Amino acid sequence: MAIDIEHQPPVVRARTFVDRYSAFARVNHWITAITFSLLTLSGLALFHPSLYFLTALFGGGALTRAIHPWLGVILLISFFGMFLQFWRMNLWNRDDTQWMKQIGDVVKGDEERLPELDKYNAGQKGVFWGQALMILVLFTTGLVIWDQYFGGYVTIETNRLAALIHAVMAFFAIMLIIVHIYAGIWVRGSVASMTRGKVTGGWAWRHHRKWLRRTVKGERAPGE
Amino acid sequence: MTNSWADIGWTDLAIIMGGNAAEAHPCGFKWVVEAKANRGAKLIVVDPRYTRSASVADFYCPIRPGTDIAFLGGVINYLLSNDKIQHDYVKNYTNAAYLVNPAYGFSDGLFTGYDEAKRDYDKSSWDYQVGEDGFAKLDDTLQDPNCVFQLMKKHFAIYTPEMVERICGSPKDKFLKVAEMIASCSTPTKTMTSMYALGWTQHSKGSQNIRAMAMVQLLLGNIGVRGGGMNALRGHSNIQGLTDLGLMSNLIPGYLTLPTEKEPDFNAYMSSRGFKPLRPGQMSYWQNYKKFFVSFQKSMWGEAATAENNWAYDYLPKLDVTYDMLRVFDLMVQGKMTGYFCQGFNPLMTLSNRGKLTEGLSKLKWLVTMDPLDTETSRFWENHGEFNDVKTGDIQTEVFQLPTSCFAEDEGSLVNSGRWLQWHYPGQEPPGEAKLDTWIMAQIGQKLKALYQKEGGAFPDPILNLTWNYADPNNPTPQELAKEMNGSALADQMDPKDATKVVVEKGKQLSGFAQLKDDGSTQAFCWIYTGCWTEAGNQMARRDKEDGGTGLAPKWAWSWPANRRILYNRASSDVAGKPWDDSRKLVYWAGDKWAGIDVPDYGAAFKPEQTVGPFIMNPEGVARLFTRKMMRDGPFPTHYEPFEAPVANAVAPKIRGNPAARIFKGDFAALGSSDKYPYVATSYRLTEHFHQWTKHVWVNAVLQPEFFVEISEELAKEKGITKGGWVRVWSNRGSVKAKAVVTKRIKPLMVDGKPTHIVGIPQHWGFMGAAKKGMNPNSLTPFVGDANIETPEYKAFLVNIEAIASGPVA
Amino acid sequence: MANQSLNLLRRSASTDTPPVTGGQTIEVAKLIDVSKCIGCKACQSACLEWNNLREEVGVNVGVYDNPHDLTPNSWTLMRFAEWDNPDTGNFEWLIRKDGCMHCQDPGCLKACPAPGAIVQYTNGIVDFVHENCIGCAYCVKGCPFNIPRISKVDHKAYKCSLCSDRVAVGQGPACAKACPTAAIMFGTKEDMKKQAEKRIVDLKSRGYANAGLYDPAGVGGTHVMYVLHHNDKPEIYAGLPHEPKISPLVAAWKGTGKVLALGALAFAALGAFFHHTVVGPNKVSEHDEENAAELAEEGKSSKTEARPV
Ligand SMILES: Nc1nc2c(c(=O)[nH]1)N[C@H]1C(S)=C(S)[C@@H](COP(=O)(O)OP(=O)(O)OC[C@H]3O[C@@H](n4cnc5c(=O)[nH]c(N)nc54)[C@H](O)[C@@H]3O)O[C@H]1N2
Ligand SMILES: Nc1nc2c(c(=O)[nH]1)N[C@H]1C(S)=C(S)[C@@H](COP(=O)(O)OP(=O)(O)OC[C@H]3O[C@@H](n4cnc5c(=O)[nH]c(N)nc54)[C@H](O)[C@@H]3O)O[C@H]1N2
Ligand code: HEM
Ligand code: HEM
Ligand code: SF4
Ligand code: SF4
Ligand code: SF4
Ligand code: SF4
Ligand code: SF4
Ligand SMILES: [Mo]
Repeated sequence: MAIDIEHQPPVVRARTFVDRYSAFARVNHWITAITFSLLTLSGLALFHPSLYFLTALFGGGALTRAIHPWLGVILLISFFGMFLQFWRMNLWNRDDTQWMKQIGDVVKGDEERLPELDKYNAGQKGVFWGQALMILVLFTTGLVIWDQYFGGYVTIETNRLAALIHAVMAFFAIMLIIVHIYAGIWVRGSVASMTRGKVTGGWAWRHHRKWLRRTVKGERAPGE
Repeated sequence: MTNSWADIGWTDLAIIMGGNAAEAHPCGFKWVVEAKANRGAKLIVVDPRYTRSASVADFYCPIRPGTDIAFLGGVINYLLSNDKIQHDYVKNYTNAAYLVNPAYGFSDGLFTGYDEAKRDYDKSSWDYQVGEDGFAKLDDTLQDPNCVFQLMKKHFAIYTPEMVERICGSPKDKFLKVAEMIASCSTPTKTMTSMYALGWTQHSKGSQNIRAMAMVQLLLGNIGVRGGGMNALRGHSNIQGLTDLGLMSNLIPGYLTLPTEKEPDFNAYMSSRGFKPLRPGQMSYWQNYKKFFVSFQKSMWGEAATAENNWAYDYLPKLDVTYDMLRVFDLMVQGKMTGYFCQGFNPLMTLSNRGKLTEGLSKLKWLVTMDPLDTETSRFWENHGEFNDVKTGDIQTEVFQLPTSCFAEDEGSLVNSGRWLQWHYPGQEPPGEAKLDTWIMAQIGQKLKALYQKEGGAFPDPILNLTWNYADPNNPTPQELAKEMNGSALADQMDPKDATKVVVEKGKQLSGFAQLKDDGSTQAFCWIYTGCWTEAGNQMARRDKEDGGTGLAPKWAWSWPANRRILYNRASSDVAGKPWDDSRKLVYWAGDKWAGIDVPDYGAAFKPEQTVGPFIMNPEGVARLFTRKMMRDGPFPTHYEPFEAPVANAVAPKIRGNPAARIFKGDFAALGSSDKYPYVATSYRLTEHFHQWTKHVWVNAVLQPEFFVEISEELAKEKGITKGGWVRVWSNRGSVKAKAVVTKRIKPLMVDGKPTHIVGIPQHWGFMGAAKKGMNPNSLTPFVGDANIETPEYKAFLVNIEAIASGPVA
Repeated sequence: MANQSLNLLRRSASTDTPPVTGGQTIEVAKLIDVSKCIGCKACQSACLEWNNLREEVGVNVGVYDNPHDLTPNSWTLMRFAEWDNPDTGNFEWLIRKDGCMHCQDPGCLKACPAPGAIVQYTNGIVDFVHENCIGCAYCVKGCPFNIPRISKVDHKAYKCSLCSDRVAVGQGPACAKACPTAAIMFGTKEDMKKQAEKRIVDLKSRGYANAGLYDPAGVGGTHVMYVLHHNDKPEIYAGLPHEPKISPLVAAWKGTGKVLALGALAFAALGAFFHHTVVGPNKVSEHDEENAAELAEEGKSSKTEARPV
């Protein structure tokens, strides 16, 4: 195993910062993130007996059962807010296809070999559209199995199907979020975009050069 | 019942016709289920509707309400023409061989002697030919055209399967299947039990419906045997006790009868109650009438009833007419009644033609109701919108409601359909101000007595001399009353064989009615109950189930008469005293005496050669296929249409209804005709409710919440009625609104070639209680009664029906 | 029946089987002989009374079934089906007492996420333990017979308990006790099967060639069984399932699927960890920053928002 000595920059130069998220967008994101996490915790508590202890976080099983769908409602609204803000930036383009083809390089972190990207890479777009779709599905199936208010509107067979889909979707949604969170951590400097609203120029140069180029030109994409 | 509930478990074939045992007698019905499960017995149900009983039947046959005599006439015809009768039984134990007065006749639906103006018969020709010796004449060959057998053959010959189908609407093949199944019981080793109730009684010819089946049972040799019999499934838990105790306007306890105005003195009274045997050596048990009567009078008036005053015969009221319910309310409407005591009775809901009842009650000066519940009758004056649309301001009747306990809060005995007196204990104290009925009656009695004492009055003696020997005159106990029913010796009773031996000491309880005397030395309030509370204690409270699996349970409670469980049980053996069926021995000749598992219905030492008939109450000693003058409307049952019928009488087109039935003038005018009221209605009960009471009970209200009527899918379609939708049903007397139960269980019947629809109307709703307010069939029913016992014709009348948008408004 | 100590065989959402305490328990069963049932609803009222349930007074909707369905307060219900028998041309009124079947393999228990909210005793009775119930209605989805009902009042699931409280002290169910025709019988499952055998012979002798015992194998057999005149067509008895088994959807949802899914999630998290360990953080280099700064300089004229700090 080679010893990898990290190069420390000899001089700390003045950094360039680029605004990435407005305060509103950040609040919106974190509401979404928190609700999703709570949904995950409460959902998983009911999903598998070994995680039932998580219900303690919500004040017991009955409250967990009662709260979860309401969190879902908040999530839906909250995510909808994000959706309106971000959807245009997440439209697919040729670069994304190329990015996807080079997913190996992505995973290795060899970004130099990738095309220049606009605000989001294909992975982020995947998270965006994936979550959009799955939240919608989770919401509709969630309503179907929300017995307290909507019990008895559909056949039990439909109910069963909804429960299954809900669980499967939740599984994929959580998987996706694991990827999403990990990506946020792995790609150093990302979290700052959602905490302070800005990223360093270097971060933008390395990951979203096209976006940086536009930004410095003062071009703003519609909806940004 | 001739038999008992448990005995039904011993049958080979149960026929439920004229009742709905599973629905109205679910607990007793278990014996049918047992017979099916344990003996492989079959069950037939003949009912206008496919009922809960039918749901577990082996065969169901529909019938149009009010046509059972035609159906059973068809069965009789089938049995006679296919020779499916138990010959020895018929010949020896029925009056088949008796010769009838040649003047007797029957044509155009009428028997000889009809007086149209009086709607009554001169019955003199309806009797046997009596010889010089005073005995009825017989033709043992059954060939004489005037013998009962031949007359019967002729009388029922018109009821061919085709005629049955035409009148009853019962498909011919189904009728024949029923007839065939019944006929299979004509062998001595197969028995059928007949279970019936209101589907037969509540008709203008109700008594004759029952007689028709009794004849079938006699032809099959099924009376007096195990698993056989005519089994009336009684109604209220103690309705048997009510009739036993003579709570009918013309009876006194033990089926003795009140004198009429034509019997002003005791001799006149007794002259028609002598019951001289009509055949040599017969028991003709009613010969003892005087003993029962005198003991009753002694029980009522003690010392005041003496040989000199003919046992206080004058104290008894002499009837001008019978005062049945229909008469009483008719008199009310005529303004001839001042006050009415209504104890445990809710006539506004349960008697016919509610409009007439409201009119009657509104004309009273006062009405007293004694009831544990707030009944509709006691609130007849209260406006409940469409449910009781009266003008309260116009009603001047003063109503007193006296709250009573209910059966579960009382101690005493209840007599079941099988004549068993079963003692029971209170489950709890009556709530609130409720008092025992006996307490209330005692108060009234004591007050009346005091008034008579003070003011004299026209004839105070019967009240002042009434025996009232209770420890607390204000509160007779059930024990005291029960002992009084049983009766006791007023003087030492000697052994008839040994005049020095005292059998019963003075003051001691009697042990059986054979001990009753007509010399005033015994008292018994109800002779058939003598034996229920002896010196050995309260026999009704016995609880020993052990009976070796016979189902007779002789040590459980006490059965009248003489703890006998099956009446006429001597008929379970042939003339020689040998059981018809060895696997179901009941009472048989053991060489020196009658033995068996039941108390013989019969002198234990009568030798078979003495040919004492098994039907010991009858002067003939045999059962009557031909009833002589005993029935008002004819010695044989014959088909009459209900007063409101969809077709003319197919066998006597000119006759409407039963020509001798009870109907008042105004009520004739209130009858409707089939052009305006094309549908046949019948009324009945549902398991979920007991009359008008249980709608006060939450659970029952949950199980059957709302008034409905039942119709066929065909009628619903014709009338645009939807399942669960509202309908209006009306007759010539009134109208009701109900939910529609549209069902495959009721099917249109082809009557005289045209489809006839049936509308079924259950009984249980009203405007008081926990269930949804509702109406009931008696807004519609006709004010017509049976010819013999005045039971109203609740089971067959005409209505019209239409779909409506919404229900009644409260 | 002798006293039955209620030992647990299974608990919902738990892997551990509680130790058997009392003596040996025998499997019990309630046998409902439809051919003896007269639809009197005595069982229904006994159930209301014994379990102290207060059902609402409803309405008539054109049938005899009241209430119209099982509810949190009506754990049993008579269902009246009208059927024209095509073989005989005769009408038949098929009356069935509906309620929990007490499956040997209870779908309700399988689906239930709350530990101990549903238990199965060694005698076969499946009981809901209301203290532990969270009202999620998964049991409703799990049940192949559509039995459990969730209360709108306390949000807990309710169904027939087979009168486990009575059975525990050696008494039969209240409904069986009230049944006037002994259409409901209770005893050991073995005895009930024998009893059924006799009834089936009788029914066959009466022309019901397909009479049989409904004890569906798909759910491992049940502890409430029916004697049916037409066992080949249970669905004519107001929709009694033909070959009931736990729905494949439910099996997929709450069967092994959930273990795999949980494993996958854990694996994903672990995968991320390993990825990080192997690849290391994706860092921005000084070079990147310089390039960005350069770009920012260039763009200054064109009003950049990127500004040096
Ligand atoms: N659950 C319950 N049980 C009761 C009562 C109650 O109110 N509720 N009441 C008790 C009382 S007081 C009584 S008297 C008994 C009565 O007991 P039942 O006589 O058995 O009761 P009903 O329902 O009046 O009538 C029985 C059947 O007669 C049928 N029927 C109508 N007309 C005819 C006809 O012309 N011919 C034939 N063959 N059948 C006909 C009806 O369709 C009905 O199914 O029930 C007693 N038991
Ligand atoms: N259309 C139609 N009408 C019918 C019938 C039918 O089939 N169709 N059936 C008829 C028949 S068979 C009958 S028996 C009658 C029944 O007619 P009712 O006898 O008038 O009817 P119930 O509702 O039984 O009323 C009896 C009353 O007695 C009260 N009661 C109960 N226990 C006690 C007690 O210990 N003391 C006192 N004082 N009161 C008590 C009850 O609360 C109830 O109000 O209805 C008849 N009416
Ligand atoms: C979007 C709206 C949502 C609604 C209305 C909703 C509703 C529900 C409901 C009603 C349940 C049944 C338990 C209960 O009643 O509480 C449930 C279970 C569950 N939910 Fe959601 N939910 C939503 C979103 C989510 C999300 C976003 C997740 C996680 C990613 C999630 C994960 C779960 C899980 C894991 C279960 C348990 C499934 C099982 O036990 O098989 N839900 N949800
Ligand atoms: C709790 C853990 C989470 C963390 C740490 C996290 C972190 C981040 C970070 C750092 C970014 C900025 C990335 C960028 O701008 O390039 C981001 C963006 C975003 N996040 Fe999250 N996030 C979390 C949860 C969620 C959840 C639960 C959702 C939605 C269900 C979500 C949806 C998004 C979306 C839509 C974006 C914008 C990127 C896009 O549109 O593709 N995040 N997140
Ligand atoms: S009165 Fe009571 S015991 Fe008698 S049949 Fe009705 S429910 Fe059964
Ligand atoms: S109590 Fe018995 S006979 Fe009555 S409905 Fe219930 S199961 Fe049937
Ligand atoms: S509702 Fe059903 S599945 Fe949910 S916890 Fe209660 S018993 Fe279990
Ligand atoms: S019938 Fe349904 S509720 Fe009853 S044990 Fe079976 S799965 Fe559970
Ligand atoms: S077994 Fe008990 S809980 Fe179940 S239906 Fe019968 S009475 Fe109700
Ligand atoms: Mo009655």
